[in-house]
Amino acid sequence: MNQAPLFLLYLNVLIIATCGLIYELLAGTLASYLLGDSVTQFSLVIGIYLSALGVGAWLSSFVQEKLARCFIEIELAVALAGGTSGPLLFLAFGYISWFQPLLYGMVCGIGILVGLELPLLMRLLRDHVEFSDLVSRVLTFDYIGALLGALLFPVLFVPYLGLVRTSLLFGILNALVGLWGTYLLRPLLSAQGLGSLRGRAALVTGLLIVGIIKAESITSLAEENQLAGRVVHTESSPYQRIVITEDETGFQLFLNGQLQFNSADEYRYHEALVHPVMGSCRHPQRILVLGGGDGLAVREILKYPTVTSVTLVDLDPSMTSLADHFPPLLKLTDSALRDRRVTLVNEDAFLWVDEAHDQFDAVVIDFPDPGTYSVGKLYTNYFFTRLRKRMAPDAVVGIQCSSPLVSPESYWCVVNTLEQSGFHVRPFHATVPTFGVWGFALAALGELPSEPQLAPTVSPHLRFLNQSVLDDLFIMPRDINRVETEINRLNNQVLVRYHDREWGRWE
Amino acid sequence: MNALTGVNRRELLKTAILGCAASRLPGCSPHKLPPAGKLLSPAFDLGHRLRDGYRPVPAAADWQDTDVLIVGGGIAGLSSGWRLNHAGVDRFLLLELETEIGGTSRSGQSGITAYPWGAHYVPVPHADNRAFWRLLAEMGAASPHESGSFSVKEHILCREPHERLFVQGHWTQGLFPTSAATATDLHQWNDFQDKISYWIDWRDAQDKPAFTIPLARCSTDKVVTALDEIPMTEWMQRQGWDSEPLMWFVDYCCRDDYGLTVEQTSAWAGLFYFASRRQSSDQSAPEVLTWPEGNGRIVQYFAQGLGSRVQTGQAVLSIEQTDGENGPVRIVVLDRQTSRVHGIHAQQVIFAAPQFLARYLISDLSPRRKSDARQFQYGAWIVANIHLTNRPQEHEFPLSWDNVFYNSPSLGYVVATHQQGIDYGPTVWTWYLPLCDELPADVRQKLLDLTWEHWAEFVVTDLERAHADIRDCITRVDVMRWGHAMIQPRPGFIWSSARRKAATAEGAIHFAGTDLSGVALMEEAFYHGVRAAEEVLTAGSHSFSSYL
Repeated sequence: MNQAPLFLLYLNVLIIATCGLIYELLAGTLASYLLGDSVTQFSLVIGIYLSALGVGAWLSSFVQEKLARCFIEIELAVALAGGTSGPLLFLAFGYISWFQPLLYGMVCGIGILVGLELPLLMRLLRDHVEFSDLVSRVLTFDYIGALLGALLFPVLFVPYLGLVRTSLLFGILNALVGLWGTYLLRPLLSAQGLGSLRGRAALVTGLLIVGIIKAESITSLAEENQLAGRVVHTESSPYQRIVITEDETGFQLFLNGQLQFNSADEYRYHEALVHPVMGSCRHPQRILVLGGGDGLAVREILKYPTVTSVTLVDLDPSMTSLADHFPPLLKLTDSALRDRRVTLVNEDAFLWVDEAHDQFDAVVIDFPDPGTYSVGKLYTNYFFTRLRKRMAPDAVVGIQCSSPLVSPESYWCVVNTLEQSGFHVRPFHATVPTFGVWGFALAALGELPSEPQLAPTVSPHLRFLNQSVLDDLFIMPRDINRVETEINRLNNQVLVRYHDREWGRWE
Repeated sequence: MNALTGVNRRELLKTAILGCAASRLPGCSPHKLPPAGKLLSPAFDLGHRLRDGYRPVPAAADWQDTDVLIVGGGIAGLSSGWRLNHAGVDRFLLLELETEIGGTSRSGQSGITAYPWGAHYVPVPHADNRAFWRLLAEMGAASPHESGSFSVKEHILCREPHERLFVQGHWTQGLFPTSAATATDLHQWNDFQDKISYWIDWRDAQDKPAFTIPLARCSTDKVVTALDEIPMTEWMQRQGWDSEPLMWFVDYCCRDDYGLTVEQTSAWAGLFYFASRRQSSDQSAPEVLTWPEGNGRIVQYFAQGLGSRVQTGQAVLSIEQTDGENGPVRIVVLDRQTSRVHGIHAQQVIFAAPQFLARYLISDLSPRRKSDARQFQYGAWIVANIHLTNRPQEHEFPLSWDNVFYNSPSLGYVVATHQQGIDYGPTVWTWYLPLCDELPADVRQKLLDLTWEHWAEFVVTDLERAHADIRDCITRVDVMRWGHAMIQPRPGFIWSSARRKAATAEGAIHFAGTDLSGVALMEEAFYHGVRAAEEVLTAGSHSFSSYL
């Protein structure tokens, strides 16, 4: 071997070292993103990775023959395992329950493979370089590579490429080192099987390039692009995946990847959801809340001293007990769900309306947006008709109905369906920075009072509404004028189609 | 490989079921069987004893009189009882051989939900099917409008999502395998729909449609009835269609409605399936009415109105027309529970049992009728009800009412809790398998003789096509073997003179049953039940205005 390839081999060391560090950082970042508790996650990932490097180094002593071929095979394996680690872990997170074993298993596997690289490379160079020079140069480039990786990862790769593409990109670099190695180390490789080795190297490179091209759809499948902040709490219930993230503004709740609220501005949403209804009832005592398991609507309701009971019907016990596991939510709700006036019912509201016997003075409906059939059924003519049985004669309903600006057909479909079910309806809207212009409606079986009044005892405790702001919520701007829609029924579920189509345009 | 060649599928079914049977030999069980379940079947043995000439005679004291005796408690017989009741005739009896009424519309009930054992839906009837609308409104399933028309109540119409297909490893919306279709396939699929539209809008010289329900109102123009002479496959080949997804789809529909493959179904019957439920091609395909227990809901409604006049476990052994004073028809009945044999004198009889039984039960049946009855052929079905503690994990198009597997011998499954809006937790799935392949008699018998273990394994393996983790969710699998479940509209049968004359009364014996139409449909059974009851009313000189 002459000097030129030797220099190139050091470049190899540099790339390998950078890749190795990047995989470690990737796994650590991913783990703290997805599992929360970044100190533990980083510490665990680094510990496992470093010890795996050691295992790899130890295992290298068992490789006695065909060092060069073995080195290239390991390069390809690192490329594949490290390169796909990002997308694989992201996808797996949403779908499997044994995510942590998978994560640590992958960290361990990648660590072992990376640990094999340098000892093998050094033995390959042994006959061409003085041992003292060899150790000093290889380790120098190794550490430079590590520095390079450590600097580029937070500054360049995470902000501009995202975790999935970064992972795939470094996989490609590893694969190219492998492919290049088949030329650089040609004198050390037997001709037998060389073609197939190059073929595989090209195949791995190609696969990872396809991965980068398809990264958009991978990330939209995964939660990466939806979760702007750091994940601080996750839970999978039989009904949904609950994720809480945190950033400088506050914390955010996601259900199945859909943002439910941001603690920074949720008060605007919940005040608009609750107080117009309460202000339309003459004497609100018995209140029904459908959905809203986070307890934030109940917090607003409990501001009324007249309220004697609140019945909260939410499908998911994990939601109604979320505040017990995530103290910031307990604080945000003022421990509303622990109030003795509150009764929790963990049942599908669709079934509960038929089984219950009570009647209520006010109903607050805070279901998620109708993105699936099992939620869409809760906005049907049939459901609204059944709900009438749970209402006292002059009861009023307040309901959230998606954005009239982003999804006008969805919004007006809910309003039109309520009217079809025999309700008088008054549409209104509020601006919530996190959501934009958001739509609500008041509905009652009789005439609705023309102007809901904020109770003087409650008004001082509000951050968003005063009487004149409340009045203004009912002024509908021109760009959210009523549109004709079909009626949402169990047998057509047009609302799910409207919602899919309208929100699909914005994704 | 064309998945539809009879031989291939026959092999598939044979190896699947019998192979499955072999793997169930003691000691080599590869999988965990469901923890519980039963093998059920209608009372085969009694039917076979009758065929073999079992004819006891009741003692003289054991005779009673009635005005009308209805033989058979399926939809047809129950509809006759319903019609008689409406006409104020209350001195009648309905005898059912089984311990439960309903025939193939029977249903079951568990702690989780009610579920069907057979027929599980009815398409929204045409506006002019007045009798059927009357029934639906009476049941509370439809509301009348001032204009005189009716609409079905929202929660009775099948709830979205209606149906999905598991094809190429993915669940997709709808039943046509669009994701597996090439441009040519889609082109032929469009042609197919255009051709169906043509037949929907077709009218004969008397303005009768080619295909409608009830079938008695279909045109008898030779242009249409000639379609009955050829199999559905031949008709499709004549259109130049060879698309595999299209063939699969039509085959699926034939198996679903008739228990016959596309090769075995008459082209007339095949087109009837697609064209009879719309009165004009502008209309969209009709929605369907369904209940958790399927058409068992209609059975229960009928039963409530009939009260103690319905008697179950009563095997009619013979029906004989005489000139006796106590009524012209003598019926001998075996009470299966007490084994007591007793007799009934009836003025009129409505024979609402399958035609193949007529020649064993009715003495002195005309030779023409006897030979005609042989042309009525019936298909066997396996229906399983699967109890699940939870639903298997899924991420694609969600669990629907009807869930079908592409290229499976089964028809897939329907979800009993769907219509109730129960989207989480325990549920019951009803799985259907028509034994439609031309299996040699011994293989067919072998299938019907298989044990519960065999069938349970077969059902679960079929479900595993799409639900890898289903086994752990299953708490019980009950399997029903229906021996003579469905009349088969093979080529030549529907417009045969045997079929067309079968509804004609013989003296005081009137006939009802969906097999008289040659297709097994709830609406046809109802039509014949009402028609036979009105024949009885006419014969008894009652004044009434026809529901038909």
